[in-house]
Amino acid sequence: MRATVLVRPKPGILDPQGQAVESSLRHLGFKVSDARIGRLVDVDLATDDKAEALAQLERMCEQLLTNPLIESYEIELEHA
Amino acid sequence: MSEPRPVIPVVVWPGSNDDRDAQLALERLGAEAPRIWHTNEELPRETAAVVLPGGFSYGDYLRCGAIARFSPVLRAVEAFAADGGLVLGICNGFQILTEAGLLPGVLRPNASLSFVCRDVPLRVERTDTPFTSRCVEGQALTIPVKHGDGCWFADDALLGELEANGQLMLRYAPGANPNGAVADVAGVLSADGNVFGLMPHPEHAVDSLLGSDDGALILGSLVDAARSSLTAAV
Repeated sequence: MRATVLVRPKPGILDPQGQAVESSLRHLGFKVSDARIGRLVDVDLATDDKAEALAQLERMCEQLLTNPLIESYEIELEHA
Repeated sequence: MSEPRPVIPVVVWPGSNDDRDAQLALERLGAEAPRIWHTNEELPRETAAVVLPGGFSYGDYLRCGAIARFSPVLRAVEAFAADGGLVLGICNGFQILTEAGLLPGVLRPNASLSFVCRDVPLRVERTDTPFTSRCVEGQALTIPVKHGDGCWFADDALLGELEANGQLMLRYAPGANPNGAVADVAGVLSADGNVFGLMPHPEHAVDSLLGSDDGALILGSLVDAARSSLTAAV
């Protein structure tokens, strides 16, 4: 089963990359008031069991993929 | 008779690059400092303190220190620290210690998004620790930084707690914060006082020929503390 993990800086966490991109978008003439930059991780899991996949992905996020002090995550499961 | 030379291993990861400077500095200050590979599951039996050096372990992939913290040697370092052993993390070593949960907070990309490499003025907030005993309180030190991810962060609640416990032990001088770290924090002590991490590189400042020997105050304090733990154990 394929899954995508979206990792975002938590609200209130300074995101200098996002700020630089926001300012660049404004220079291009887009009316934007906020841009935040996160990370996307695509994973292929050996299991096809949805509950098992979710449980594993949550453990991955907590142990390695995110730092809970500064990042939140969202898991999207893809159906084969 | 010469003083005993405490054993202070320096851990080496793929991508570490300050391990030889750390080794040289510790040896000049009176320690034996073998470099040990990160796949070691145990520290040398005589270990009196451990240094995690600077560099770019695992290419800083994902987040700085996030992958190195799972090295076999880190489990030995965790056990050593849990027993009260002295652990010093410099730059990438500091990042690894925060990712491993041995030190509070986290190190994020510099607010400027630029790599900074320069001497910075620092202020020592406490001297009753194994890492600053050779300093005087409020002492101004000049030690170089060189990092892209040195912006230490803790939320307000954690920051208040660390401040109250006296764990924010080393700060950039007012106006000299090179990376946007909250509360100008340059180095943090663990709650138990035996683990310390800092972004500046004391191992690059141990000879006045290189501009400053203030780093020797920090590393020398560690060697002193390691030596006295040695004699206490005998």
